[in-house]
Amino acid sequence: MARATKTQGSLIGQRQVKILMDLFTYIVLAVVGIIFIMPFAWMVANSFKDIRGIYTYPPEFIPEVWHFENYTEAWTMTHFDAGFLNSAIVAAAVVLGQLFTASLAGYSFARLRYPGRDKIFLLYISLMMVPFTVLLIPLYVQMRYFNWISTLQAVIVPFLFTPWGTFMMRQFMVTIPRELEDAARIDGCGFFRTYWLIILPLTKPALATLAIFTFVNTWNSFQWPLIVLGKPKVKTLPLLLASFQNQSGMRTPWHLIMAAATFVVIPVLIAFVVGQKYYVRGIVTSGIKGGG
Amino acid sequence: MAAAYRSGRDGQSPWAAKIREFRLAFTGLRREESIAGYLFLLPNLIGFIVFMLFPILFAFYIMLTDWSLASAPTFIGLENFETMINDRLFWKSLGNSFYYTFVAVPTGIFIAFWLALALNRKMRGIIFFRTVYFLPQITLTVAAATIWRWIYQPEIGMINHVLEWFGIDGPKWIHDTKWAMPSVIIMSNWQGIGFAMLILLAGLQGIPEEYYEAASIDGASGWQRMRYVTLPMLSPAFFFVIVTSLIGAFQAFDQFYILTEGGPAHATTPLTLYIFQNAFTFFKMGYGAALAAVLFVIILIITIIQWHLARRWVFGFDEDE
Repeated sequence: MARATKTQGSLIGQRQVKILMDLFTYIVLAVVGIIFIMPFAWMVANSFKDIRGIYTYPPEFIPEVWHFENYTEAWTMTHFDAGFLNSAIVAAAVVLGQLFTASLAGYSFARLRYPGRDKIFLLYISLMMVPFTVLLIPLYVQMRYFNWISTLQAVIVPFLFTPWGTFMMRQFMVTIPRELEDAARIDGCGFFRTYWLIILPLTKPALATLAIFTFVNTWNSFQWPLIVLGKPKVKTLPLLLASFQNQSGMRTPWHLIMAAATFVVIPVLIAFVVGQKYYVRGIVTSGIKGGG
Repeated sequence: MAAAYRSGRDGQSPWAAKIREFRLAFTGLRREESIAGYLFLLPNLIGFIVFMLFPILFAFYIMLTDWSLASAPTFIGLENFETMINDRLFWKSLGNSFYYTFVAVPTGIFIAFWLALALNRKMRGIIFFRTVYFLPQITLTVAAATIWRWIYQPEIGMINHVLEWFGIDGPKWIHDTKWAMPSVIIMSNWQGIGFAMLILLAGLQGIPEEYYEAASIDGASGWQRMRYVTLPMLSPAFFFVIVTSLIGAFQAFDQFYILTEGGPAHATTPLTLYIFQNAFTFFKMGYGAALAAVLFVIILIITIIQWHLARRWVFGFDEDE
């Protein structure tokens, strides 16, 4: 206390310095923030213009007349309803599948003892590092043998399991105190009931992280669907958005493309805002990126 | 040698010991646990074998063949790799991959570091900014690239319009061979910076306040605190960001495909896009697989180099192992 009063004078100076620094930081953050937000704002603003407004120079930020019908037009032009359904089916199936296989195997790796367990686990984490680019060609050939080209199976089934998610589950489950399970086992719970009633509820944060990650990645996934989904009927949203800009002729209908981009982006933005906490934690603990 | 010696002394082969261990695992009390263990692993393991282990092994075979999928594959040994040596486009795309990676990653991490420092200050509304910087990261690359493709339009795009305010006559961006790659890099960094920023921010928040206090008491200036406290303590986070970003950058595909389609004049065709074109446009499966193997080896070598260098500059790196 005595020391605090002695340095009072310099503390006031420090406070002023802090306020100035804060102000400076805010200005920098705001300027950078505007740069980050600008493309989104530009997208939304232009999704309401008409073709004349798009090609006006110098460009106007706020549309003169708001053309809400762009959205319905873009929607029907590109068969986005089918695209939404496809994307939703794929995302739901992959998320549920990964949650199931990863948590079950994670429990097996973390808790159950059997010969060969650690060797299999080592194989998992070493193959985790193989880039997906290496798998593209052999997996594509495999899909042809299975006759799965241009079916949703091709973008669902190979992704129902996840070495990375399994690894994450295992690491999380190892930290759960053993006493809880032992009590359940003594009460006569089988291994599956122990997993289902004791382990899974305790694993919720890790499950949420995996779910939101997988959702964002699957929803945004482009390269693999581009390769295996040729027919328009099975195309997912990113594919429709991509082909939309290629089929347009001389004067690209940017206003419609922007409208389409807007409603493709929205579900992910909602998922992010809802699950931000888990998504951020997932990135920090595992470093697996979204997108791509 | 050691194994042979040991098994010789025990008078039984290591295989016999393994079989005995296996049999033991399925008798008595451990029986139930072993069965459950394998059963729980099974769905995952099947997927792993069918859709990962097998394709990887299969890739080794494909890269040694000439295969258009229309007929049976012809085994040609290492010919695909010989073709590569004289393939100008291969070298061009390899160069593009390096250009993209070694410009985009350092600049991105540099900016992310300053943003993380700013976000680490204790102020109101920081979470809001963090969310804003992170939004592009979760936006699908296809949509992001679509937006940017338009922003870069030389005549009606936003960037050249803004540059005009400052009296600058902007370049043709994605339509100019010199500017196309920087255009992709700017867009990729806009999209990807949130990831590096978040990791570095978590690293910063993990530095105990006492270290700074101790440094201040010792009379360290702001720069010295940065040099001797922040940077060493943050080095594991930096290491992590550098390794994962390099791996990610070599695999970047979507933005090239949408934003520039590899052009103009192959100025933005990275290895990933060249692999894609060979395999799925020209149906040269063998050549594509061989190119993918090259990409994998490059990623592997760069990652190994990173781990070796890490001992020199990453704080506490050896202790982790």
